[in-house]
Amino acid sequence: MVISHLIAAPVNLDHPGHYVHWGVIQLSLANLIVIAVMVVIFIAALLLPFPKDRNRR
Amino acid sequence: MTTTEAPRRHQAQATDAQKWTGRVREYDLVKEFVIALAVVAVLTAALAAIFSSPDEKQVTLSTWSRSAPNDFVLTAAAELDGSSGTASYGAPYTHTPDAAQKIGPVSLQHIAGVTHPINTASDFVLGPLTGVPADPALSAALRTWRAATPEQQQQWATAYDDALTKALDNDPTKVEPGNYGPVPVMLDRLLTTAQSGGLDGALLSQKQFFATDYTKPLLFIADGSYLEDQARAQHLGGDQWGMMNETGSYPGQAWLWLYTFWYQVSPFSTSGNADALVWGLMAVLSLALVLVPFIPGIRSIPRWVPVHRLIWRDYYRQGGAG
Amino acid sequence: MTAPTMPHTWTGRVRARALRDLPPDQLLPEHQPVYVASWIYVFGVLTLAAFLVVLGTGGVLALKGPQWWHRSSTGHYFNSLHLWSVELFMAFMVIHLWGKFFMAAWRGKRAMTWITGAVCFLGSIGTAFTGYLIQSNLDSQWISTQAKDGLNAAGIGSFFNVTDFGQMLMWHIALLPFVVGVLIAVHILQVRRRGVVPPMEIDLRDRVPEQMTP
Repeated sequence: MVISHLIAAPVNLDHPGHYVHWGVIQLSLANLIVIAVMVVIFIAALLLPFPKDRNRR
Repeated sequence: MTTTEAPRRHQAQATDAQKWTGRVREYDLVKEFVIALAVVAVLTAALAAIFSSPDEKQVTLSTWSRSAPNDFVLTAAAELDGSSGTASYGAPYTHTPDAAQKIGPVSLQHIAGVTHPINTASDFVLGPLTGVPADPALSAALRTWRAATPEQQQQWATAYDDALTKALDNDPTKVEPGNYGPVPVMLDRLLTTAQSGGLDGALLSQKQFFATDYTKPLLFIADGSYLEDQARAQHLGGDQWGMMNETGSYPGQAWLWLYTFWYQVSPFSTSGNADALVWGLMAVLSLALVLVPFIPGIRSIPRWVPVHRLIWRDYYRQGGAG
Repeated sequence: MTAPTMPHTWTGRVRARALRDLPPDQLLPEHQPVYVASWIYVFGVLTLAAFLVVLGTGGVLALKGPQWWHRSSTGHYFNSLHLWSVELFMAFMVIHLWGKFFMAAWRGKRAMTWITGAVCFLGSIGTAFTGYLIQSNLDSQWISTQAKDGLNAAGIGSFFNVTDFGQMLMWHIALLPFVVGVLIAVHILQVRRRGVVPPMEIDLRDRVPEQMTP
């Protein structure tokens, strides 16, 4: 598999993470990003127009 | 609920169950599936190529005993005198009274019984030492140990454990003189055995050749501070919301947010029964998730929070007739 | 003209029942009700697609055994594929769950669809958990020694022994994928059987009678 040899993790995540503290909540930045992206995708799915039926009878 | 609303709710339920006979639109399910598969495959390949995945090296008894020898010896002393976490755990490993966690008066842990018995002194210390070849000082120490009464053995082991705990950096070379019998020699040999890699194999192969059960070496390692130190450095500790986290800066298990949340708040954060209580609570909440359609109030939230008006806005705009 | 008789063989009866509950043009229809017109509807199939990628990448990892990825960069890449497909799988599934909750998709005799979906969700979490346990690295060591406390407290830690690598490996690559796979199949067949849940009527008086005629 050539790809794995050519691209050796261009974004290196093997270093100590950043953590967001909010009261009792402690979230890793990575998890926060994942959750935020999920919420954005959910909202986008609700708002974006869906293709109309091209074969409308 | 008014009398006019009850029949309307029933009517709605009856209508929702009926086969749709209104207007339809073309919808190619197989094409949608193929596109979804392609999208996911490409996304996965890209994410994997860009970010890769973590692989923090495991801790072995060998690496532990070489990186933190004082912690290793202190832990071994606790295994020998029966004061380690594993030795005083209760079911399923030991018969320690009152060790099991409870939910109210019920202890599921206790009821399950000691089904994976571990005697830390013999399994983690004496057994592996017996397999060490040709060491006159060790052989003499083991003879002295075996010839002594159980009370004498306990007295030596506890005295040495206490002395190590008090010593500067828990360093065996800085222990106060005392009556420890053969224990210092035994634990010193256990240390050198571990450092040479002999202990990892000994704990696994005590029963069979093809060993796949790592319970013993894992419990021994987890009784010490070294593994926890490595884990806490990666923010994996229980009070660090560690259940959700991955090593390094990788995304972890965000879906465990509610499970780990309870450990951060009282009464769970200060309770000795935290694991039992949180497990029980999450079992109830998981059941509630499965049974949402039958829970009054919860099942009505979609009506009160009208996200559905966004989803079906075209349908409603066309008068609901399709 | 005589009415068709019920088959007397087991095979015939199974076939008749299957055809009655899920005729072919309902199993694979070319049309959906007009209200199936939102991007929220694609998250079920995205979850299914991600599940298949998880299975496929897991299958490749199985080819060379559980230690392959530690010593081979190709193996490590497939481990990365497996990890990220799982992250996508869980993300799409949760978004799918959010959408279905706000649609109250259990209406109209669809409670079993919700129930099988929720059990799939919980089963997937359990399957992912066993996956983390068999990484055979520091993460596995910490997770197993921590998780044992929760399971032991619940009285099941000896039966489901998270520090037993061999047992966890078999649960992860054989037992759980099979169970979750069957549940997913039942869940999808339920959707095809009952059809996509219709919109909530804002007010029943809005419903036009003509809608109910073909």
